[in-house]
Amino acid sequence: MTTVSEQAPADDADILDRIRSRIGDALNHVGELTDLALQTMQQLKRPIERDLLVAQLEQIGWRSLSIVIITSAFIGMVLALQTAYALEDFGGKLFIGTIVSLSLVRELAPVLMSLMVGGRVGAGMTAEIGTMKVTEQIDALRALATNPVRKLVVPRVLATTIMFPLLTVVSMALGILGGLVIAVINLHVTANFYMRSVITTVKYNDLSSGIGKTFFFGFTIALIGCYNGLRTSGGADGVGRSTTRTVVTGAITVLIMDFFLTKLFLLIL
Amino acid sequence: MTEAAITDRRGTDRGPDRRRHSREPFVEFTDVYKAYGPKQVLRGASLQVFRGEVVVILGGSGTGKSVTLRHMLGLEAPDAGRVIVEEEDVTDLPEEELYRVRKKFGMLFQSAALFDSMTVFENVAFPVREHTEMTEGEITRAVHEKLDLVNLPNTGHLMPVDLSGGMRKRVGLARAIILDPKVILYDEPTTGLDPITAQTINELIVDLQAKLNVTSVVVTHDIHSAFSVGDRIAFLNEGVFEWVGSINEARDASHPKLREFLKASAVVAAQPTK
Repeated sequence: MTTVSEQAPADDADILDRIRSRIGDALNHVGELTDLALQTMQQLKRPIERDLLVAQLEQIGWRSLSIVIITSAFIGMVLALQTAYALEDFGGKLFIGTIVSLSLVRELAPVLMSLMVGGRVGAGMTAEIGTMKVTEQIDALRALATNPVRKLVVPRVLATTIMFPLLTVVSMALGILGGLVIAVINLHVTANFYMRSVITTVKYNDLSSGIGKTFFFGFTIALIGCYNGLRTSGGADGVGRSTTRTVVTGAITVLIMDFFLTKLFLLIL
Repeated sequence: MTEAAITDRRGTDRGPDRRRHSREPFVEFTDVYKAYGPKQVLRGASLQVFRGEVVVILGGSGTGKSVTLRHMLGLEAPDAGRVIVEEEDVTDLPEEELYRVRKKFGMLFQSAALFDSMTVFENVAFPVREHTEMTEGEITRAVHEKLDLVNLPNTGHLMPVDLSGGMRKRVGLARAIILDPKVILYDEPTTGLDPITAQTINELIVDLQAKLNVTSVVVTHDIHSAFSVGDRIAFLNEGVFEWVGSINEARDASHPKLREFLKASAVVAAQPTK
């Protein structure tokens, strides 16, 4: 019979092996993702296929617009309500425009837009490319002497990197307008006062920081979406797993990157 | 199955010299090893494919037939051994260099691997648009010519989802031959098709071979297809080409596994007594 003392070291070794294997896998993924990023940037030096880029700009930008408009407007409205509630005793109504605009421009619009649109766009990319992978279409591209990175990854990464900042501007504007609606209707602040406090509060560096971050978010989310698609295996089940992985990894990566990019922009702007 | 049933349009006299082939190898496999994780698929596979011939790679499921084709195209790199195409060692070529080599090949995938988002016309036109400077008029002519060659006229507007299995394979074949490759690789061309459609595909392979004068490698476990289209058979078992010879030699082969394989498909049993 195995005693507890004999079993314990074996279990420890097993756990250590698993941790080592997990770390190894994670590092491997980071390496492959970096390699894909480098390949993508290398392909950017070549002429871009305009039709493919336009199709992706439409897919990522135009078709995400309704989500951005609805969610941003409601986030602005909720933010105005919560700010008024929290600062009621301090005459908070006067700061509605300042707080709503600064929160939205510096943080909420870039991050929430990236999480929402990133989930939609990243999952779509993984599902599309993953399905191509499991049905041998990626192999067919390679067999036809065509680089899948140039054909599939470059247009998606480029379109997402272009569209995320534009969608963020829309998100900021709609969020501020949502705040305006609540400020005027519920809190009886004049539209003129609200807008003047927004304009005097939001500075160039706030806009640069908020919009600047989304270039990185867009690039990374598209890259993760394409990477997970390209490494999909195992049929429909594999496509499902890859898509879930993209949504989870994308969201976590955006939040982690947000912290470091905020620090960076505070330093340089 | 009778002897007549396994003969093809080229006649029943299937001696090794029934067609003139150059003895110059186009593709050479030398002692190729490949493993996927713990599973060793190829264990020192060696094979020569000569210009102008049709080699059928025969073997059971999971013996590495498709993996062999993927190595020929450079879609996979061997763990050990060499792959030589037209006297050029392509084993260690980087992906960008391999694109040049792949233009010599056309491949029909097992699932046809048509691009779902494109019409039949766009699928067949894809390699031309990628690699040539043809005008739209020239592309249209070339695509219709190849679609006619695979007996699919007036289908250019259809989407892959509208096609039957046999039609998908034929469109895949039209796409594979649009750039007039020197070698055509067929991965399980008749798998999943009804016998009549399978026979149509076999006839198409023979017709294309005659019309295009190419080298062909056909991977299959369909004995009927193998004997219909092949000049030589390479029998892959446990990751090694254990027997290579002409179709007629295959019928009399003493290799136990090959005999078992053919017997299971009623080829040996159905042979007329000598």
